[in-house]
Amino acid sequence: MNVEAIKAIYRFEMARTFRTPLQSLISPVISTSLYFVVFGAAIGSRITEIEGVSYGAFILPGLIMLMILTQSVANGSFGIYFPKFLGTIYELLSAPVSSFETVVGYVGAAATKSLILGILVLVTAWFFVPIRIDHPVWMLAFLVLTAITFSLVGFIIGIWAKGMEQLQTVPLLIITPLTFLGGTFYSLSVLPPFWQAVSLFNPVVYLISGFRWAFYGIADVDISISVAATLGFLAICLAIVSWMFRTGYRLKS
Amino acid sequence: MPDAVIAIDDLSKTYASGFEALKHVSLEIERGEILALLGPNGAGKTTLISIVCGIVTPSDGTVTVGGHDIVRDYRESRKMIGLVPQELTTDAFETVWATVSHSRGLFGKKPDPGHLEKVLRELSLWDKKDSKIMQLSGGMKRRVMIAKALSHEPEVLFLDEPTAGVDVELRKDMWAMIRRLRAAGTTIILTTHYIAEAEEMADRIGIIQHGELVLVEDKAELMRKLGKKQLTLTLQERLDTLPELLQPYALELAPDGESLVYTYDAQGERSGISGLLADLGSAGVRFRDLRTSESSLEDIFVSLVRDAS
Repeated sequence: MNVEAIKAIYRFEMARTFRTPLQSLISPVISTSLYFVVFGAAIGSRITEIEGVSYGAFILPGLIMLMILTQSVANGSFGIYFPKFLGTIYELLSAPVSSFETVVGYVGAAATKSLILGILVLVTAWFFVPIRIDHPVWMLAFLVLTAITFSLVGFIIGIWAKGMEQLQTVPLLIITPLTFLGGTFYSLSVLPPFWQAVSLFNPVVYLISGFRWAFYGIADVDISISVAATLGFLAICLAIVSWMFRTGYRLKS
Repeated sequence: MPDAVIAIDDLSKTYASGFEALKHVSLEIERGEILALLGPNGAGKTTLISIVCGIVTPSDGTVTVGGHDIVRDYRESRKMIGLVPQELTTDAFETVWATVSHSRGLFGKKPDPGHLEKVLRELSLWDKKDSKIMQLSGGMKRRVMIAKALSHEPEVLFLDEPTAGVDVELRKDMWAMIRRLRAAGTTIILTTHYIAEAEEMADRIGIIQHGELVLVEDKAELMRKLGKKQLTLTLQERLDTLPELLQPYALELAPDGESLVYTYDAQGERSGISGLLADLGSAGVRFRDLRTSESSLEDIFVSLVRDAS
């Protein structure tokens, strides 16, 4: 195991984050906080509680997920796309680094950054909405697993993308809509039966439902299904990444 | 060759496009030597280097570095290698120190500020160590790339077109650095378009063309061969044997007896051509045509240089 290489990649990626704290840390926290300030405080006062939870508190788990998903994908994809784009990837490819170590370094750094952001949002939310965490260990587990999974998704996109447009398209056209339609702002039970059924095809539903259960003990789908789905996505991403490295897909000719 | 640090055996590469970049290349590189690979653009030099370094997957054949197979035993083989690619590809926002430390880590070496300082000082980069790379000039960036390649104390250094687009001063610095590294026992493989550079630096010269290793030869030997020119005389009448008078000249009579070939040293002060022509007249050998040609090696060389320019 080339531990020095993992450390080098991880440090390099984290340095990138902290070099631009305003863009990397402050702005995602502010934009996410705006959601629960506006929706929670302004609109939430006119919406009745959902299953005993105030609206502002209800949307918080979904908002954190929204940010974890988009930030993980953005970081995971940029981290590997940029060296490819600049050509500096030659060094990584010629280094005695295994694919596993590469993934641990890049994905680890992207996930770490998402987790930092998630926790910052959670702490910020504490000032605005009444929060309770029934299952803190599960909450952390969902947070960590989702951050890792979607950093992997980003990593895959970063390797796959041939241009900036592709790099931006997937997050904007797929991840964001799925998250907004994944029950961040509502409980699936308020939807007509048809749309409830459709929603079950949205993978993000399971993540948000499980995460919200960890906070308030309320869920749209059974918690065991959420856990299984989360682990399933992780497994799928790991399989794709290992295939990419085995074949040298878009990395080596 | 008992002390080959790199052994390339029957290496071929066909890209997905169907382009055959390398065709059955075999080459052994001795420990501690400087090998210059010459060849026109697209000849396969960079592909060859990229395969040895692990950036391109070979289609066929094997490569070992220090006895370690580059595929099966890639960790050990890659640790030994430093690569300076042709393109100036560097991070923009990192400092020189950060990028060099990063490189060392990637190659699995524990941090060693002392070694990095030595490398940066030798490359006249020490006073720039805290500068962001994007603030550096092109020549300085090239030095940074060399520093990255040397950060993990490689035994073998690949320099792909190290002096392309580099000013005279930096080129001389680079040559001096290559000599120092070689004196310290590092094996160096460099590709170049410039014969002068190969002549200046290399112990051996390999020529790659159309994906094939056309020749690998000791530099001194090659230069001796390259120095030859040939004068071919097409005779009016067949000759069965050389006239006595012409014996002192190292003439070759073609098997069909219809032409004479005179090989001479193009770099010598006197070619001896005028004497030969006078003696041909005296011996009564008349010729219809005459032409001079450079030997085939030089043909290759000249065409290489022409393609490269």
